[in-house]
Amino acid sequence: MLFQLIQSTLPGKEKPGFDNLYFFVKKKQGVQTERRVIVVVGGTKIVVRGGKLVAVGICIPVEVISSLQNPNSLTVEIPNSDPIHQIRPMVAAKMEKSAADLPASPGLSSVLKSLKLKTKQQELLIRVSVLFLVYVLAFITRLFSILRYESMIHEFDPYFNYRVTQFLTQNGFYEFWNWFDYESWYPLGRIVGGTLYPGLMVTAAFIFWTLRFLRFAVHIREVCVLTAPFFAANTTIVAYFFGKELWDSGAGLVAAVLIAICPGYISRSVAGSYDNEGVAIFALLLTFYLFVKAVNTGSLAWALASAFGYFYMVSAWGGYVFIINLIPLYVLVLLITGRYSMRLYVAYNCMYVLGMLLAMQIRFVGFQHVQSGEHMAAMGVFFLIQFLPSHQYSRPTISRFYVVIIKAILTSSYLVQVFNFLDWVKYLLDDPKKFHTFLRFTVTSAVGLGAVALGVGTASGYISPWTGRFYSLLDPTYAKDHIPIIASVSEHQPTAWSSFMFDFHILLFLFPAGLYFCFKRLSDATIFIVMYGLTSMYFAGVMVRLILVATPAVCLISAIAVSATVKNLTQLVRSKSKPAPAGSSKGASNTKASSKGSLEQSMPFGRNGAIALLLGALYLLSRYVIHCTWVTSEAYSSPSIVLAARGAHGQRVIFDDYREAYFWLRQNTPPEAKVMSWWDYGYQITAMGNRTVIVDNNTWNNTHIATVGRAMSSYEDEAYEIIKSLDVDYVLVVFGGVTGYSSDDINKFLWMVRIGGGVFPVIKEPDYLVNGEYRVDKGGAPKMLNCLMYKLCYYRFGELTTEYGKPPGYDRARGVEIGNKDIKLEHLEEAFTTSNWIVRIYKVKPPNNRW
Amino acid sequence: MGRSATTKDAHALFHSLRSAYAATPNNLKIIDLYILFAVATAVIQVAYMAIVGSFPFNSFLSGVLSCVGTAVLAVSLRIQVNKDNKEFKDLPPERAFADFVLCNLVLHLVIINFLG
Repeated sequence: MLFQLIQSTLPGKEKPGFDNLYFFVKKKQGVQTERRVIVVVGGTKIVVRGGKLVAVGICIPVEVISSLQNPNSLTVEIPNSDPIHQIRPMVAAKMEKSAADLPASPGLSSVLKSLKLKTKQQELLIRVSVLFLVYVLAFITRLFSILRYESMIHEFDPYFNYRVTQFLTQNGFYEFWNWFDYESWYPLGRIVGGTLYPGLMVTAAFIFWTLRFLRFAVHIREVCVLTAPFFAANTTIVAYFFGKELWDSGAGLVAAVLIAICPGYISRSVAGSYDNEGVAIFALLLTFYLFVKAVNTGSLAWALASAFGYFYMVSAWGGYVFIINLIPLYVLVLLITGRYSMRLYVAYNCMYVLGMLLAMQIRFVGFQHVQSGEHMAAMGVFFLIQFLPSHQYSRPTISRFYVVIIKAILTSSYLVQVFNFLDWVKYLLDDPKKFHTFLRFTVTSAVGLGAVALGVGTASGYISPWTGRFYSLLDPTYAKDHIPIIASVSEHQPTAWSSFMFDFHILLFLFPAGLYFCFKRLSDATIFIVMYGLTSMYFAGVMVRLILVATPAVCLISAIAVSATVKNLTQLVRSKSKPAPAGSSKGASNTKASSKGSLEQSMPFGRNGAIALLLGALYLLSRYVIHCTWVTSEAYSSPSIVLAARGAHGQRVIFDDYREAYFWLRQNTPPEAKVMSWWDYGYQITAMGNRTVIVDNNTWNNTHIATVGRAMSSYEDEAYEIIKSLDVDYVLVVFGGVTGYSSDDINKFLWMVRIGGGVFPVIKEPDYLVNGEYRVDKGGAPKMLNCLMYKLCYYRFGELTTEYGKPPGYDRARGVEIGNKDIKLEHLEEAFTTSNWIVRIYKVKPPNNRW
Repeated sequence: MGRSATTKDAHALFHSLRSAYAATPNNLKIIDLYILFAVATAVIQVAYMAIVGSFPFNSFLSGVLSCVGTAVLAVSLRIQVNKDNKEFKDLPPERAFADFVLCNLVLHLVIINFLG
C-alpha cells in the first residue's frame, strides 16, 4: 500500500465534490507522489488536482486502487465502515509533486517497475547487491600475491601459525592444547599449548574440517592462505551493521566499502598473511558492534553475544587489552556525561563477568584478568557501577542507606575524628536536595577505597604492573632504553605522517568531518565510536603496527561524514526549485515547507552547487579507490620470503633463495640436527626445514637470544665454545651483498650486539663502530672485521665480482668494498650457499683431535 | 554523641526501608532473596579461601565468580522485570527471563569447565 489516507473531512456537504474533499495522506518512503488524487467514496469518483501534500496524523486503513503503472493518478478508497461524515475535520492538505518523480536512471527503474517491486523491496535489493559486491571486492583485492607468485604463506610469524595448524589438523585438539614443542628453543623447548593465542589456528582448522566434511579435498595450506581475506570480507558485513547502528544504513554501506579496500587493514590481511590480526580485527569490530547493540537495547542476549565476541578476540590476539580498557573508559565517559542508564548497567555487567570467565579459559591469558594491572580498569569500573544507585528507589531512602553504611564503617574505626563528619551528614539527611553532593561523595569514596586497594595490591606485588609491551605504548621511549628486543622490531617504531597518508588517504581528512557529525548527533553509540576513534588514533601514532587497530574506527567515522554529506546534497538536488507553497496550508505542512525553503535560502548556489559538490565527492572517492588498489598492488602484496626485482632488460627476476635453503636443510641434514640463526628465521626453519632451532620469533627468552647474539658477535674461537655448548650442528646466516638485499644479517648485526651486550657485558657496542659509524670496509673496526657474523657472511666473497666496474668483494647492499677479504674458517665449514648467495649455511666441525 | 545519632538514623532508615520494601511485588522479592543468597555464598567462599589458602586458584575464582555472576544476572533480571523502569517497559518479562536462563546456562557451563 503506497498511500494511507490519514484523515479526511467533508465540511458541511452531503455529496462529496472534488474541491471540497480534504485529506491527509501519508506518503510511504521513496514513493513517487502523484499530481492528482482520485478518491472513490461509495463508488463515486472524485478527482483532486494540484496542491501540496503534507503527512501528519493517525491513519485509517484504506485501499489503494491504482498503482505505479498509472503515475498520474492515485485512487484511494475510504472503507464503508467509516463513512465520510464521521471523519473529523482537518486542515486542508495539498499534495506535492516532488522531483523524485524523475527517475535518475530510467532504465533501472523501469526494469524494477516491470518486476513489480515495491519501493521497500527495491531498496532492499539495492542494499543486498551492494553488500554482496563489497564482500566479493574485499576478498579479491587481497589476492594479488597469489596471482603474481603462488599460493604460499608470507613473512615469518605466519609460518609458525601454519605449522601449529598443521599439527592441530593432524593430531587433534587435545594434542594441540597440550603440545610441548621440542623443535624450538633448544634445549629449553616451548610449551606451545600454553603460550599461544589459539583463535586463528582453531578457526582455520574448523574451516578445513568443514570443507573436508563437504568432501572438498583442500590442502590445509590453501585454507590458511585464504583465511585472512575471508575474514576481511566478513568484517565488511560487520562494519555495515555497525554503521547502521551508529547512524543509518547508508553510512553502513559506505563503511563497508571503505573498510573493504582500506590499505591500513589490507596490509595485515592479504592472502598468505596468516597472522592473528587477520581474524582479530573481525573479532574486535564484532565485539564492539555487539556491545554497542547491547547498550542501545539493554538486552541480556546481546550482552551475552558481546561476551562471546570478546572471548573470540581474546583467543585471537594479544590486542584484546585494548577492548578491556576501552569499554570501561567508555562506561566512565557515559557516567561523566550523565548518560548512565539501566541498559548500560545490564550490558556492562553481563559482558564483563561472562567475558572475563570465558577469557580465562585461554591458558595463555590465565588469571591475568584478576592479577594484571592492565585489566584492573575493567574491574574498578565493575565495582563502581555496583555502587551507583538504581533510580527506581526513592532518593532520600537511598541517601540514608549510604549514610548509615558509611557511618557504621567509620564509627567502628575512628570514633573521635568522625563527629564533625557525622554532624555534617546529619545535616545532609534533612535536606534531600543535597543528594547529588552526597552521591558525588559516595562515588569518590568508593573510588578512593578502590585506589587504596589497587595501591596495596601493586605495592605488594600481587597485582603485576603493566608489562613492557603495553607500557611502551604509554611511554614510547621506554622500550629503547630498557627492552631492546621490542625496540628493534621495525613495526614498533613511531608512525610518520607519510604512513598515515599512505594507509588512509582521504579518510584522514574525512575523520575530523565525521567527528563533527558525531558530535552533532550525540548518542550512546556515537560517543562510543568517537572514543574508539580518538584512542586508537593516539595509539596508531605511537606504533606503526597499530594503524591496523585504528582502521575500523576511521572508516566508520569517515563513512558517517560521507553519508551525511551526500544525503544533504542529494536532498538539495531532489528538492523543488520553486519557493514555499502558497496560502492556506497550516500546521506541520508549514514548518516542513518553510524549513525546506530556508534550507534553499541558506545555500546560495542551490541545486547546481549541490550537483557540483556531488561530482567532487565522487571524484574524491574514485581517487581513494585508485590509491587503495595501487597501494595494495605495489606495497602490501609481497610475500617477503620470495623476492622479486627487475632485470637488466626489464624482465622480472625472482629470488627464491629462502625456500631453496630451507629445503636443502630438510633434505640434506640429519633429522636431529640443530640450526643456529638469528631469531627472525626460526619459525621458517622449523616450518619449512623441519629442523630444531635455538631461538625463534617468539622471543620469550631474552637470555637465550642474547647468547646467540653473543656467539654471532664474538671471534670464532669464543663463538665455537658457545656453539658447542648449545649442541649446534649448522649455522645459518642471511647475506644480501650479492643481490643488494638490505634486510640481511649484516644490517641487523648491531641489534645482535645490543641485545647480546644487554645480558653479557663482555660485548660492547663501541668495539664494532669506528667514530660512531658502522663500517664493513677497510676502515671498519677490527673486532667487526673478524667476528663470526662477518666471517660467515663474507666467506669467499672477496673472490666474487658482483658489479661491472667494481672491484671483487664489492658489497652491493652497503655500497662498499669489504675490508677483510682473506677469511679462513677454522671450526666451521661451508655447507650450502644459495644461488644468489642470500642464505648461507655452515656446518659445525667436531673439535680437533688432540694429536 | 555520634553513636546515638547513628543508632537513631539506623532505626529511622530501617523503618523507612522496611515499609518501602513491603510494597514491592512478590516476584521481585524472590529475586532479591536469590541475590542475597548468591552474595552470602560468595562471602563464605572468600572467608574459606582466607582460612585455607587459594591453592587451586582457578577453582576459587570459578566458585566466587559463579556467585558474583548469578548475583549480577539476577540484578539485571530484576531491573528488566521491574514495572517501574520506564526504559524496559516494552520488554516482555518472558523474554527477560529467557535471556536470564540463557546467560546462566553459559555461565555455569564455563564455570564447570574452569573448576578443574
